[in-house]
Amino acid sequence: MREFFRGSAMSKPLAEQINIILATDCGSTTTKAILIEKKGDQYRQTFRGEAPTTVEAPLADVTIGVRNAVRELEELSGRRLLDKEGRLIRPAQADQGCDIYVSTSSAGGGLQMMVAGVIREMTAASAQRAALGAGAIVMDVIATNDRRRPHEQIQRIRELRPDMILLSGGTDGGTVEHVVQLAEWIAPARPQPRFGAQYKLPIIYAGNRDAAPLVAKTLGEQFALSIVPNLRPRLEEENLGPAREKIHDLFLEHVMAHAPGYDKLLQWVDAPIMPTPAAVGNILQQIAQQEGINVLGVDIGGATTDVFSVFDGQFHRTVSANLGMSYSISNVCAEAGLESILRWIHLEMDLSELRNRIKNKMIRPTTIPQTLDDLVFEQAVAREALRLAYEHHRQFAVSLRGVQQQRTVGDLFAQKESGRTLIDPMRLDLLVGSGGVLSHAPRMHQTAAMLIDAFQPEGVTRLAKDSIFMMPHLGVLAQVHPQAALQVFQRDCLIYLGTCVAPRGQGKPGSLCFRYELRGEGGVDSGQVLVGQWRWLPLGPGQTARLRIEPARGWDVGAGSGRVLECIVHGGSVGLVLDGRGRPLLLPADLRQTRILMHQWVAEAGLYPEGP
Amino acid sequence: MSQAYTAGLKLAGRIRHRVCRRLPIPGQVLVQVGQEVSAQQVVARTWLPGEVTMVNVAHRLAVEPADVPGLMQVQVGQQVQAGQLLAQTKGFFGLFRSQLTAPISGTIENISEVTGQVILRGPPQPVELRAYLAGRVTEVLPGEGVWIEADVALLQGIFGIGGEAYGPIRFACQRPDQPLEADCLDESMQGAVVVGGGRVSAQALQRARQLGLSAIITGGIDDQDLREFLGYDLGVAITGSEAVGLTLILTEGFGDIAMQRRSWELLASHEGRLASVNGATQIRAGVIRPEVIIPLRQPAGDEQPGRFPQADQSPKSSPLKADALSPSVLSEQVSGRTEVELSSSPKGPTLQIGSLVRIIRAPYFGLVGRVVDLPTIPQVLPSGVKARVAEVELSDGQRVVVPRANLEWIEEY
Repeated sequence: MREFFRGSAMSKPLAEQINIILATDCGSTTTKAILIEKKGDQYRQTFRGEAPTTVEAPLADVTIGVRNAVRELEELSGRRLLDKEGRLIRPAQADQGCDIYVSTSSAGGGLQMMVAGVIREMTAASAQRAALGAGAIVMDVIATNDRRRPHEQIQRIRELRPDMILLSGGTDGGTVEHVVQLAEWIAPARPQPRFGAQYKLPIIYAGNRDAAPLVAKTLGEQFALSIVPNLRPRLEEENLGPAREKIHDLFLEHVMAHAPGYDKLLQWVDAPIMPTPAAVGNILQQIAQQEGINVLGVDIGGATTDVFSVFDGQFHRTVSANLGMSYSISNVCAEAGLESILRWIHLEMDLSELRNRIKNKMIRPTTIPQTLDDLVFEQAVAREALRLAYEHHRQFAVSLRGVQQQRTVGDLFAQKESGRTLIDPMRLDLLVGSGGVLSHAPRMHQTAAMLIDAFQPEGVTRLAKDSIFMMPHLGVLAQVHPQAALQVFQRDCLIYLGTCVAPRGQGKPGSLCFRYELRGEGGVDSGQVLVGQWRWLPLGPGQTARLRIEPARGWDVGAGSGRVLECIVHGGSVGLVLDGRGRPLLLPADLRQTRILMHQWVAEAGLYPEGP
Repeated sequence: MSQAYTAGLKLAGRIRHRVCRRLPIPGQVLVQVGQEVSAQQVVARTWLPGEVTMVNVAHRLAVEPADVPGLMQVQVGQQVQAGQLLAQTKGFFGLFRSQLTAPISGTIENISEVTGQVILRGPPQPVELRAYLAGRVTEVLPGEGVWIEADVALLQGIFGIGGEAYGPIRFACQRPDQPLEADCLDESMQGAVVVGGGRVSAQALQRARQLGLSAIITGGIDDQDLREFLGYDLGVAITGSEAVGLTLILTEGFGDIAMQRRSWELLASHEGRLASVNGATQIRAGVIRPEVIIPLRQPAGDEQPGRFPQADQSPKSSPLKADALSPSVLSEQVSGRTEVELSSSPKGPTLQIGSLVRIIRAPYFGLVGRVVDLPTIPQVLPSGVKARVAEVELSDGQRVVVPRANLEWIEEY
């Protein structure tokens, strides 16, 4: 299995013997390699290399791209990682080799799945959560109540070419008939797998255990059926773990094994290859668990935007498949409306020219903004793409629907219905942004402003960015060496931008929103923030200060309406943002008024250089 | 990455081109290795499984699902005609029987005692795969399809809509910067692949469709006009299946922009010849650009120009059929005097001092010039973005600094 490595991986090193770690992420266009080295008793990320991904013709071998990325690492670090035959040198000795190698992958479009469940809002929603949590792109959700007629659903199943299907439905002991009905739709549709005409399409059955034999009989021999415990054994309980694990197994066995070069890559790695988004979810869950905080992460790419959240230990992930900054930029404009994008722009722009500019970016996605107005426009688009993706996430990350709740008289005054969103912006502790438009913004202030405007955090929220999108590497590394992964995450992966303080409420522009007092190393700073204003105060990386916020009546910064909040705030490359613009952040309908307001906010934050 | 610029679109006066034509599901190949085929010739044929109709027998006869198999008058695998008796209840002493007839002709595929549903599959539908490229069959993939090869002139566009089309090349404009308006088109252009110059208007597209043109190749279009023609706003650049009755290929992009002179000259040198074109575009990993292919050895003249049928007698919504009609997914260039590296290759053409380039983003969008300097140290642009740049001398002698990512290399031959 492991003859690729010099010195065979049979002798897998113990965690304390690991000093040099190589990790790659094979994306759909770029393969990114990072080197992690133990310095003293700390693990640090030291070098990064990248090369085009090579899963498509004429090269059609992912390992070529991996080798190219590793060679760039070699050039930058001076450490030899590959021998003359292009094999990885292991274990590490002096100035050559590494101790372990791990990788994630989203090449070839990632893992594409179809899910099915009896009721769209219940078992089908749980199946969708399982698939998304496992890092899949969910192509469609089939449910018996999704308003499509059977032949339309069969036609849809036939049209899709998923890598695998997750079939759920019914609680244990519940409906059998409807679950079998789903199988009866899938069987005659005969969906074809994306890769390899010869292999049977994998189907995971994770529904009512009583229906399993009938489902197996209905699907027959034409599918590779795996049966796992019900992902919704009771209405009150979700059990997504077994389905997710099976998805990962099948991803490796079927999908990866049929993608070009992955048979080789599978032999190189010291931990199973993870789908990129699953790895990101993994590291965010670890950090949320270790710190006991609620985390929201976003990765905005060229074609898609992924949002991850961990609230009260519950992990959710959504993929907004057509919200992105290059391939999908036109779709962001179509979905949000150009007017919504223009709200975020303080400069005057020609509408017709803007429309052509958007389309030209769509057809030539690798270009970068040369002029300031181009950059301002792209960052406005990013705000809307992020806002829409977040909205999508909030609608998806909900408490279990269909749960019967026993209410007391007291509950009548604080009704919490099932299916409510679990994302509470007031309880969000850490907001992490990544992806080109956030990571490569010329000024950190711009990154912070995009995150604040799109996600509108409430109360006290720490902001950070993943400098070079290292979260996938660390997520997969956490499987084999959690300590190294967490150390690098905190020290090198995240660049802390600072803290946003934003009370919830609305008020008359110019009236008092809150008073503040900041006590830190530099002394005491106090003042007030008016409604419709935000103030950006310096508080450097690694610095902390004691903040006292006294909101005006009707405003809540986390302690209750009008109540004083005292807390420790952390600095960063941007510092402290005291945001009195209101939550939710409402912009005037008239674009001329909005432009005046944006001018003011851009100036207050120092977002852009003067002009043009 | 060191090569942060866009590899150019292919433009070749003579190149050997191969296309693979593959059926969506196994079928019959109708041609042999060495055989010369015309663009419209059917080279392979297959049958798609028929549409599925679900008949809820239990519900319709008001019986328990478990009773359905016993009430069926036909069996799994049996062919039935529309109106034929499918199932009937036992009734009351043989009287008052409820009956259910087949809504369509087809085959009984499944009778479920769990749900009480019967699956009826309609007759299979034929799919015919045409050659698309007039040339010689070089390889037969048994039961799957063929490889066809020909020496061609090839031009890739930047963006297109509509699928495969075929016809003689005709010119509607006098200059590469002349806008293509409705009055540039006339009845004599029916079935032709018409070359415009600069921006095409929505009115010209409407008229082209009325006149029955096969395709339009031109420099640019206003986003607003494209939206008007399509009837919706395009969200992502994945096209080819638009049922708009016309294939449109843009050589430059969106806006008022002239066709690059070299493209214009290549097309002009083949005026009157038959071309196969495809507007299908996919701008994702594994990019597909629209294409104009002009076989250098022209067929004997028995070809009828026109648009390729979406799929002979097969349902329009079938994605399998769409696969069959997307040859560019599988096409490749294998040799030729002006061979161009495939864009997916990590070793693309190298940007050098003297390279001819097109600027593909504001503020110099659409201008062409030569690289005169390639500073190694990244520079800060007016936007504040730090990037590696190139200094480009434009055709009027003006020198401008442009990020390399905003340059498109123009191949010279």
